[in-house]
Amino acid sequence: MSTTSLTTKQSLIIIGNGMVGHHLVEQLVEQGATERYDIVVFGEERHLAYDRVHLSEYFSGRDAASLALSTRGYYTEHGVTLHLHAAVTGIDRERSEVITDQGRHPYNRLVLATGSTPFVPPIPGSDRENCLVYRTLDDLDAIRAAAKNATTGVVVGGGLLGLEAANALRGLDLDTAVVEFAPRLMPMQVDSEGGGLLQEKIEALGVQVLTGRVTQRIENGEASFHRMVFQDEKVLETDLIVFSAGIRPRDELARDCGLEIGERGGVVIDDRCLTSDPAILAVGEVALWNNSIFGLVAPGYQMAKAATGTLLTSSSEPQGGTFHGADMSTKLKLMGVDVGAIGDAHGDRTPGAKMFRYLDEIKQQYRKLVVSSDGRRLVGAMLVGDNSVYDTLLQYYANGLDLPEDPAALILPSSEGTPALGPDALPETAMICSCHNVTKGDIRATLDAGAVDLGTVKDSTRASTGCGGCTALLKSVVDHELEARGVKVDKSICEHFHYTRQELYDIVRVEGIKTFGELIDKHGSPDTHKLGSSSAPMLGCDICKPAVASILASCFNEPITDAAHIPLQDTNDTFMANMQKNGTYSVVPRVPGGEITPDKLVVLGRVAKKYELYTKITGGQRIDLFGARLEDLPAIWGELIEAGFETGHAYGKSLRTVKSCVGSTWCRYGVQDSVGMAIYLENRYKGLRAPHKIKFGVSGCTRECAEAQSKDVGIIATENGWNLYVCGNGGMRPRHAELLATDMDEETMVRTIDRFLMFYVRTADRLQRTSVWRENLEGGLDYIKQVVVDDSLGLGAELDSQMQTVVDNYECEWANAIKDPEKLKRFRTFINDARPDPDIIVTEERGQLRPA
Amino acid sequence: MNTATAAAKTMTRTWQSLCIRADLVPFSGVAAWVETTEGPAQVAIFYLPGYDTELYALDHHDPFSSANVIARGIVGDLKGQPVVASPIYKQHFRLEDGQCLEDESVTLRTWKVSFKGDEVWIEA
Ligand SMILES: Cc1cc2nc3c(=O)[nH]c(=O)nc-3n(C[C@H](O)[C@H](O)[C@H](O)COP(=O)(O)OP(=O)(O)OC[C@H]3O[C@@H](n4cnc5c(N)ncnc54)[C@H](O)[C@@H]3O)c2cc1C
Repeated sequence: MSTTSLTTKQSLIIIGNGMVGHHLVEQLVEQGATERYDIVVFGEERHLAYDRVHLSEYFSGRDAASLALSTRGYYTEHGVTLHLHAAVTGIDRERSEVITDQGRHPYNRLVLATGSTPFVPPIPGSDRENCLVYRTLDDLDAIRAAAKNATTGVVVGGGLLGLEAANALRGLDLDTAVVEFAPRLMPMQVDSEGGGLLQEKIEALGVQVLTGRVTQRIENGEASFHRMVFQDEKVLETDLIVFSAGIRPRDELARDCGLEIGERGGVVIDDRCLTSDPAILAVGEVALWNNSIFGLVAPGYQMAKAATGTLLTSSSEPQGGTFHGADMSTKLKLMGVDVGAIGDAHGDRTPGAKMFRYLDEIKQQYRKLVVSSDGRRLVGAMLVGDNSVYDTLLQYYANGLDLPEDPAALILPSSEGTPALGPDALPETAMICSCHNVTKGDIRATLDAGAVDLGTVKDSTRASTGCGGCTALLKSVVDHELEARGVKVDKSICEHFHYTRQELYDIVRVEGIKTFGELIDKHGSPDTHKLGSSSAPMLGCDICKPAVASILASCFNEPITDAAHIPLQDTNDTFMANMQKNGTYSVVPRVPGGEITPDKLVVLGRVAKKYELYTKITGGQRIDLFGARLEDLPAIWGELIEAGFETGHAYGKSLRTVKSCVGSTWCRYGVQDSVGMAIYLENRYKGLRAPHKIKFGVSGCTRECAEAQSKDVGIIATENGWNLYVCGNGGMRPRHAELLATDMDEETMVRTIDRFLMFYVRTADRLQRTSVWRENLEGGLDYIKQVVVDDSLGLGAELDSQMQTVVDNYECEWANAIKDPEKLKRFRTFINDARPDPDIIVTEERGQLRPA
Repeated sequence: MNTATAAAKTMTRTWQSLCIRADLVPFSGVAAWVETTEGPAQVAIFYLPGYDTELYALDHHDPFSSANVIARGIVGDLKGQPVVASPIYKQHFRLEDGQCLEDESVTLRTWKVSFKGDEVWIEA
């Protein structure tokens, strides 16, 4: 830094707040560019930059907020001015100003990050209503709205994005077809063999595929809104059309102000991301480098990095490096079908290239290797149906590693499994995360600097936080490196057991262990301290005792107040009520589905008055009675049980409530009886103890008044049955539930929920809600689907029977305790005095009592 | 031990009968009122049948929440020492001497307790 400080900052304007535009801001902030520049960003969309790569998840439960890449606060905090919903309409290079509807804004440096726009072929009728595209959140809102009145949908274009769009239409319950102009699907990534296989798989999912079709015009349909007419005068009727026929760079601003533009579009840039005007840079999908447009996010991020260097250094060799082009290898899962393309996948860009091909028509897998003429190097690869070897192949390709003696072994099925390229074999320079430019060497450096787990490595290098394609590879590298450093990850639940909750669960189930004493006797850690001199067993602690209590309850469902179990329970479970901050308890009787008779309401009111309880309606559609003294609990419950109430388990890590809307019984819009379903489910699962509390919601139509998508298990009625959503959460870290299965009849749905819940109970950590469990579960939602819907582990029958045990052994815990004078002894505040605790002091507020 | 010079206020702890064995809950706690030298106190009694020390008595008052709840905490052991975890904010107190493991400056009062036949006696 020179000693003379800059008196005035320069003005830097960035046009476009998409993925790359935002990444550029982050890079600039990180590199301290805000010292030198006043940064102003114009974004045309209403939303702050969001994760376009995962745009489709907007249809499977994520909302705009969760897709956002940043917050307004971030921009404010770093002094970057952000104008959203503000398109730039022109660039005046002579006066160095950009023009918006609001006025003119001067710049010293300008960056174009305007991305691209979907190409809509100029077919007559392509501008009709319900002809849409798939690029922005607003586009998806428009598709969702149009789909409401549609039964069929067509995607024009069978490339990567087209298939993603087709999957989305399918998810919106439309009969879906894909119309591709080339003779096969994904012509850019796969050859005719691969394309054929892909087509078969996609058709098996119920999506119609028409290849080699050129649409001539679109006109009014007879049965549907549109009719598409093809070159051979064949027709296809549909209500909705989504165009996904490629993208075009949004170079109109650059074109109008006379910057150099490529023959087929794109703003020409050099290695430093400079356009033909050195004051102006371009990055991302709008930029044309070496006559190529890069339609992926990783190269865009690399350009952002290079541009940052260019903006911060005046030399011709800027710090952050230059842009040298990028690898366009891709790995994706389209409608559950793996597709991978690496390097020169067609082998038509490498003179003398030789190929290996493997096709399995039964398992529907296709793998192709393209190798150099001497057979030593991998120059490309193509995978359909199974991407398990992708990471290995990519490393051979990207690092120019010597191929094994017989390269075919890399794609042939072998009895020992594929010869994976272990993390050990990768050179230091191996690129692990191309979005954030993280090499194996960078990861090792982070570990050397003290990182001890995957999370820390991710935080400090940002690896796998871009497109996420390297998640598995990153984990294996980190695990391997940690192991090499002798770090053992200790997952013991506490000092008394060297096991995880899941392992303890399996031990209890397999050995049929029914008490904590037996478990700690047989499986407690041998190396921890004995108590005193006696050989008496360890007691356990407040971590393992409740965890084991919960496991025992999930497996056998014996009353938690039985003598063997009572010392294990948290106070809430011991006294079957929720302790409040002054030592009193709250009482919540079960109100299944939120339906309650006037008679029962009267009883609640009477009991509350008699025992001076504060009453409040809960979020789960029941009534909470606060301020009950320990010694009053049995009498209160005596009266509640008399009136037909049961315990609501508000105190337990167990099923809480099944919230419902009023459903088709009363509501004009309801399509199913949501209240009846909610009551049925609540009665089925009441008393199920789990790693954490579980909440359900049941909505009678897609208006979703029961907010089922914020629950662990959410059910939404459709005209054909029920859709099931799982792993949602409200609370501190809200998460939308994800769609697990659609249009199920009641029996299938109940079985699916049985299995889902039991699988969660079996495999989650202690105090892990379904949402966090899901996020940590390797394989994610797909894996849950495989296990509970497709029964891939063959566990189905076992999970069913375990749930049946819990259901069959249900008994209201309060009804059980009330009959047993031994158990009721526990509810004395003092064993030698009948007076209440004089330290509980209350005061009146809004007509009720509350702690003073 | 009483001497004429000792102030009248200095009182000696004396053994008193508290309750019977059946009032206790094995491996857990109950609360009782006790007349102590410092006035009436709520005391938590913990019962670990079969261990070297079977009975412990500590303050029932939890200084962190200011509620009388210690007897309702989970009894366990940490590093070989028997402890109780407060049911409200989960701090651990050593049963032996009332020391809080999370905060050195906090200790609960303790009293001697033992069985006389089937009766529980406390020195308070
Ligand atoms: C459905 C879908 C799936 C995808 N999947 C993948 C994938 O799996 N892997 C992958 O690598 N890539 C994927 N992509 C591509 C990836 O999203 C893009 O490469 C990336 O978003 C490009 O970033 P960008 O900033 O250049 O453009 P964009 O993200 O499009 O951002 C450009 C922004 O500039 C704004 N803008 C344009 N003109 C103006 C103006 N005049 N004034 C103000 N603002 C303007 C636009 O409104 C837009 O918000 C996918 C894209 C889509 C649509």
